[in-house]
Formats: sequence, C-alpha cells, structure tokens
Amino acid sequence: MGPIRTEEWKGIWVFAEQEEGCLSEVSLELLSLAKLLAEKRKTEVSALLLGHGVESLTATLWAHGADRVLLADHPSLKKFLTLPYTRVIANLIPQKRPEIFLLPATSLGSDLAARAAMRVNTGLSAHCTNLDISDRGELMQVVPAFGGKVMATIFCQKHRPQMATVRPGVFRKGEPQEKKGAIERVPVEIKPEDLRQKVIDVHWERRPAQTVEEAEVVVAGGAGIGNPEDWKWVERLAEILHGAVGGTRPPMDEGWISEEQMIGQSGKTIRPKLYIGIGISGVIQHVVGIQDAKVIIAINNDPKAALFQSADLGALADFRKIVPLLIEELKKRDHPSL
Amino acid sequence: MNIIVCLKPAPDPKRWDSIELDPVTKALQRQGIPSVLGPLDKRALEEGLRIKEKYGGKVAVMAMAPPSAKDNLIEALAMGADEGYLLSDRAFAGSDTWATSIVLGKGVRKLGGFDLILCGSYSLDGSTGHVGTQLAEFLGVPNIHQVVTVEHIAGERLCTKSIVELGYRILETPLPCLITVTREINTPRFTSLFGVIEAESKPLIIWAAEDLGISPGDVGFNGSPTQTGDVFLPEMKRHAQMVSGDPEEVVQELMRKIRQALG
Repeated sequence: MGPIRTEEWKGIWVFAEQEEGCLSEVSLELLSLAKLLAEKRKTEVSALLLGHGVESLTATLWAHGADRVLLADHPSLKKFLTLPYTRVIANLIPQKRPEIFLLPATSLGSDLAARAAMRVNTGLSAHCTNLDISDRGELMQVVPAFGGKVMATIFCQKHRPQMATVRPGVFRKGEPQEKKGAIERVPVEIKPEDLRQKVIDVHWERRPAQTVEEAEVVVAGGAGIGNPEDWKWVERLAEILHGAVGGTRPPMDEGWISEEQMIGQSGKTIRPKLYIGIGISGVIQHVVGIQDAKVIIAINNDPKAALFQSADLGALADFRKIVPLLIEELKKRDHPSL
Repeated sequence: MNIIVCLKPAPDPKRWDSIELDPVTKALQRQGIPSVLGPLDKRALEEGLRIKEKYGGKVAVMAMAPPSAKDNLIEALAMGADEGYLLSDRAFAGSDTWATSIVLGKGVRKLGGFDLILCGSYSLDGSTGHVGTQLAEFLGVPNIHQVVTVEHIAGERLCTKSIVELGYRILETPLPCLITVTREINTPRFTSLFGVIEAESKPLIIWAAEDLGISPGDVGFNGSPTQTGDVFLPEMKRHAQMVSGDPEEVVQELMRKIRQALG
C-alpha cells in the first residue's frame, strides 16, 4: 500500500445504526457532532444507512444534520452482522474517500468499526470523549485509558479515513431541523463468505440481578429517603435500570437493606458504570466506596449535601417528584442505554 | 480442538494510583508496576480449558508484551494451558490495535492452524475492545464479540450467546473463528500447587519480530496508523453539573447522563 494523499479525502461519515427500523439515539448524537466538525472542515456530512426496507429513516437523518444519506438496502443487511456490513462499508470507503468516519461505540458498532478499520488499513480510536479539528485540519480524538485515570489525544496522520467510536450520551443530540438532503443508493455486493455466520435468535431479555460489587448500575439511598414507603422508589429505579440496590448505614440500621448492600468504608467498595445516590448526604465514609464509579449522579433536595461535590451530575430536587418521572421516561425505552 | 487464548498483561489496576506523567517528556511513568492478567484474560483461558476438557485438544496461550510478562504466561500455564508464546520485541512498543493485531496474527500463523481463538472483550488498560475483532479480520475468520455463553460446538459450528444493547443474540458461526468473552461467561479456576509445579516443564517460547517475519517499521510507534499526542491526567475531583427547577428538564438531564454512563 502506497502512502495516501490525505487531501483527496473529503467529507464526514456517520454510521446510522438501526435495529428493526429504529435508529439509535447515539447515531443522531453523532450527526450533530459531525455537523460541527464539517463546518470547521468546510465539508459535508453523510449518514451511512444499511439495512432492508429502512429508507423511511432518511428524513430523520437529514433533520439531524446529514447532507446526504448513503443507503445500502439489501435483504442480507436486514439483521446486523459484522461481515456483510463490513463488506459494504469497506467497498465504499476507497470509492468515496471520506476523511472522517464516526461510529457508535455500541457492542455491534464497535465490532463493525474494528473490522472495517482493519480491512481498509486505517487507524481507529475507541470511546472518544471529545473530538475536534486541530490547526492542521486533523481530527483530534480524546480517549480514556487506565479506566479514565489517564486521557490521551490520538491522531491518525497518514491514513484515511480517521475513524473513531463514541459512546451513547457523550454528545448532545441537536433539535431536528426542517431540512431535506440528498439520498444516494449504493451498490451492495455481498460474497458467500460474508454469510458464514447466522443469527439464530435475539432475546430482548433482562440481565440477571447482581450484587452491588458486580452490578453495572447501583442505585443507593440514604437517610434522606425517610420511610419504607419511599424506599420503594430506590428499588423501582434500580429494577428498571437492571441494577442493584445499595445504601448508606442508616437504611441498613432501618432494615431496608442487608449488610451486603451497604456501600462505603465499612461496607462494599463498588465500581459500577453508573451510581445514582438518592437522599444521601455524602459523608466521606460513603464516598470512598463509590469514587471509582464511572458516572455519579446525586439526587437531593438539600443544596448542602456533600455528595454533590463528588458527583458528575447533581439534581437539586425532591426525589419523590423526580424519580417517578424518571422511571416513566425509562419505561419508554427498551434499554436504558438507548 | 486446537485452541489459542490471547492474553493482555497490563499494569496492576491496584497500583494505577502511582501512574504519573513526566512533566517534561509527557511520558507515562508506570515503571515498577508489575503486569497482571485481567479478569477477562482468566475467563478467556478458563473457557478455553473447559472446551478442551469437553472436546479434547490443546490450549496455547499467547501474548504480545514486554519480557517481564513471562510471569503472566507462567501463571496461565499453571492454570492449565499447555504451551505459552510470548511475542516480545522493542519494535512492538507503541503498537496501536491495528499493529497489535498484526503481531498477534503473525504469531498465530507461525503456530500453525487453529480451530478457536479466545480473548477478553476488553483489555484492562487501553480497553478499546478492538484487538479481538481486528485479529479475526487479519486472520480472515469470523468473530463473536462479548460472548456470555458458549452453548455448544457441533459439526464444526459454534453456537454462542453474546451481549447486544437490547439483550442477547444467539449466533451460529463456523470454525475456525474467534470469540471475545465477558465477565459473565464463567468463574475462573484457582491455580493448584500441582499446576504451578507442572508449569515449570511446559514449553514457554519467546518470539521476536524477526521470528515472525516482521520488519521493525511495520508495527510499533512507526508502523501504527494512530499516534498518541498529548497525554494528560483528568481532574479527579468531580465538578457536578447541577440541575434544578422544572422536573421535566431535570429528568431529561438525568436521562442523558444515564445513557452516557451505560453506553
């Protein structure tokens, strides 16, 4: 492979992930981000839509920032499988030559991104928390390492496209605009070897209940919950998030949780992806047990609650009003990450 | 079954607090932190051993790592692997996932054929989750990401249950193929004293770039398509974004943060 003339690669691509005709939110978030990057690069945004009978999604992609939709419609693309999807994308990349290609860091999106980058021999960064254009016009990709202890800026100088994945919720989705763009049907040439793998079944089922140390989501309550009736909100929120219930010492003393569920210096140390503390003042003995949580949300109506100092998001509000609304909102989705 | 388990020794997470940045060179100071096998490495190996116990065959473990990672491979041999291969060369330093997959892929090819390769879904340190898939692509075989159960192997076909956002998928994949495993797949066995003694007599082979037919410029810092620019330590104390007032707005912000955490 000879060196690539990077100046010949133009435009920003976003992989529009869809499952059974539903677009994932993160795809729309990536379109908003791509629009900002495209303004800086004075270029256009294309959404890459693969599937079967999904043309109706085009309008949503335009509305969220796509100037053009590249549509690959084929029966073999109905269910997501990495091999046929990679075939379509890897054929298209050398033809269209995009400079940047963004994909959702979902389990399927990550797998697709990794295979496509390998096949077209380009660089790929994972789970970017920030993306911007450098003075030299290159994509600056900020990624975490060592569990977020260290951040690094990644560049892909000599290869194109510059590929990156982004987790859901990292960027904001823009308001939909009244906008029509272009649609371009792209050829789909699937080879027999791309269909070696078969989807036998898809279970949309809940993951089993876990302990606070193992759970990816922990919803914890403190003295601020006040009574056993209201404790049920802690449990209901944990249930809908497929998470575990934890707490501070007072709820254990009250008998609302067992000793195994107490979090902090004299209890469990947890490292979930998401911790939500409700009615918890945030004494240091509790905070030491949660500091490795990836995201900490505190809900409390006391502005002086110390937990706000250790949180990523603080909701200064009465949990009795907020949590029921939050549960209703979560019920509208098949999975909290979508 | 000819099984290869790829391992990723990484600095011990218990010692990550002592990772520092050299203020001048901006290089990561992680010397003196011993490397360990991660929980997913051990689960990949455990699954490989269970498949061997059920279907017969051999389990080789392979890692691209500095020479000190020999200890991690010995641990894998003590757990039950039959042979170990350490791909180690200064030329490999600074490899991104693309280059790492090529080094591992050349190691696998030198080893000969295989039926199944297992890896952890994510490494402890970089955690990109890309190397398993990219290794499969390099070798031209299908892969399954984030496997929670190997259901069965029958007639050269592997049936697996793997995680997707909405739940699980059951996939059927022909051998040879590669799977990456998640935490839920099994509980790794403890190493027995007998295993430790036995490990001493098992083959542990070290291959350098030359042994794998790799030119130094092809991988490592210079061969990798991505380069690392600035490295920085994020502020550890968190600065909460505060929301209050309209409950609907508060809920929308909560939803966004929840999706960010779980994505």
